[in-house]
Amino acid sequence: MTRRNHQSSTPFRRGLAIAAATAAVGLLAALPLNAADPVKLGLVAALSGPSAQSGEAITRGLTVAMDEINAAGGILGGRMIELVRRDDESSPPKGVIAARELIFKEEVAAFFGGIDSPVSLAIVPLANKSKVPFMGVWAAATPITRNKADPNYVFRVSAVDAIVDIKLLQYAHSTFGASKIGLMLINNPWGESNERGLLAADAGNDDVEIVGVEKFENNDVDMIPQLTRNKDKGADALVLVTNAPPGAQMMKSRDRMGWDVPVVSHWGISGGRFPELAGPTAGDAHFVQTYSFFGEQGEAGKRVLAALVDKFDNINGPEEVFSPVGTANAYDAMHLLAKAIDQAGSTDGDAIRTALESLGRHEGLIKTYDPPFSAENHDALNENDYIMVRFAGNQISPIE
Amino acid sequence: MSASTLITGIGLGSMYGLLALGFYVTYAVSRTVNFAQGSAMMLGAVLTFSFAVTWGWPMWTAILASLALCTAWGVVVERVGVRPFVRRGSDAWLMATVAMGIVLENVVLFTFGKDPRGMPPSPLTTESFYLADIKVQPLQVVIPVAGIAIAVALHWFSHRTRHGRALLAVVQNPDAARLMGIDVTAAIVVTFALSGLFAGVAGILIAPLFIISSTMGTLFGIKAFAVAILGGITNAWGVMVAGLVYGLAEALITSLLGSTYTHIVTFALVIVALAARPHGLFGRAEVKKV
Repeated sequence: MTRRNHQSSTPFRRGLAIAAATAAVGLLAALPLNAADPVKLGLVAALSGPSAQSGEAITRGLTVAMDEINAAGGILGGRMIELVRRDDESSPPKGVIAARELIFKEEVAAFFGGIDSPVSLAIVPLANKSKVPFMGVWAAATPITRNKADPNYVFRVSAVDAIVDIKLLQYAHSTFGASKIGLMLINNPWGESNERGLLAADAGNDDVEIVGVEKFENNDVDMIPQLTRNKDKGADALVLVTNAPPGAQMMKSRDRMGWDVPVVSHWGISGGRFPELAGPTAGDAHFVQTYSFFGEQGEAGKRVLAALVDKFDNINGPEEVFSPVGTANAYDAMHLLAKAIDQAGSTDGDAIRTALESLGRHEGLIKTYDPPFSAENHDALNENDYIMVRFAGNQISPIE
Repeated sequence: MSASTLITGIGLGSMYGLLALGFYVTYAVSRTVNFAQGSAMMLGAVLTFSFAVTWGWPMWTAILASLALCTAWGVVVERVGVRPFVRRGSDAWLMATVAMGIVLENVVLFTFGKDPRGMPPSPLTTESFYLADIKVQPLQVVIPVAGIAIAVALHWFSHRTRHGRALLAVVQNPDAARLMGIDVTAAIVVTFALSGLFAGVAGILIAPLFIISSTMGTLFGIKAFAVAILGGITNAWGVMVAGLVYGLAEALITSLLGSTYTHIVTFALVIVALAARPHGLFGRAEVKKV
């Protein structure tokens, strides 16, 4: 009896199960998104090559901020943030391919950029055309955010060349008493951006005069000819704009020719093994940063440093936080972007852009942003947020 | 041209000349070259750094081991990238040697890493002396001295030793040399070994002045080939002098016009020089008896 009942009930139960499964699949398919689906945010940065350390530093900052946000319940009512990274190898074409992959394949809600201005400049038109917010966290070329697009989907938590250049000339005069400045610039779009910025800053500064503009290539072995040209023009300080490897070649050339001229540098030299590559004179270069983990830290500084020590085996204190500017900028940028997505209430690019432009006060690591951005200003940091530092051994140490 | 620029030009020129001697030595004997000389140079620098810094070997042991491996690499290039094609009368060794260089660069990329490294300071780069108010580091003297010494040694070897004369015999008539009992294949292997050795020496000498990475030899290799052609690739002295001329021209152009124009003007000058003297500044046209 039991057996017969069982046999007779099996087709019915099987049909019921199939119907239930079909309904469940249909329901899932009909839902636009599961509340548990992560919100994907991208990163296009140099994860290999000469500037690989910069990509690692940015990743650290983004990861620490992301972990904090996810631990606090995520965004958009409980969705976790997921970071999708792509290596641009410091190459603009590879950066654009990586950005396209993040936008169209990974469907990220927004994405962050890396250290190389030429790469970010190449990505800007794609971000604006695709209407996906692009947040710079290191590359400082002025036209990255001031790109004349309307609407503009590019934001930045980092230095801006036009403002840094004013600071570098002022610092050369106030610290070294320099009045004649020789420029040493990498021969790429970033160098050109700074050439324009420094010449504009020179026009508004009566204390200094730019007497020489010299350029060098990424793989120049010896820069004594360029340095000699600046020396012959009477330069009493050099302003250096480049990344770590060619910057190191310049310092070695300066040492070889026995010219102990002061060097004031943009921050590109902090993105690699500058002290190892430049040798004993690495500490002679004073350069700009937006944050230092040395000295008295605020609440956010203590929290981030503790998280870095906890999360990364090779960090025991501020001296092991290489390229701190990348970590600090990325940390604040992740929080600001997450806040904007929450405020937008969706992952729609246009809604996020509008939210970023109208974000309220935010207590960050570098400073209190009040407000971080506006419709007219997509740069969260300004001249009041820069500090000057130098290498002491392998550590980046603030200059009083 | 300032004295500092002059020293720069001589130093760089010696590097180009030394690397170009590697082209000369194989071409003179076998009419083939290793187009990836720049990669072999990179190998010398990377191996020396790895042995001396990463593994902590004594510097002289590291240098000798690196030179031995660069020499072995030259032999491998000949055996794998040249001989099989020459035997079939094919010119595909041109591409094969380029391909071997690319393979080597990528192997180094994955093993040595993508992060450029710098040799630790040594007395050759931290000590200095003054020559008529010009600061000179010992390495800036060592580089040209090494380059010229190798050119002298090569000249002496090929003209004053039995093995050297055997090489010259291969140059003049491989078939006759073979009939006279000279092992032509072995002679060609020796030249490729020497080619690898010269590249290794260049890599070791340039390492303290430059950054060490898998791509550090690419541009050097191209310039060295230009120097070899410019010097007249069948003349050792010509190749070395052409290297010095090229290095000085580079430094002078950068000094006068800025580095934006360096490569444009120097390579344009190479074309002009070759248009005027198709067999190079110091080369002679081959006489073909028919």
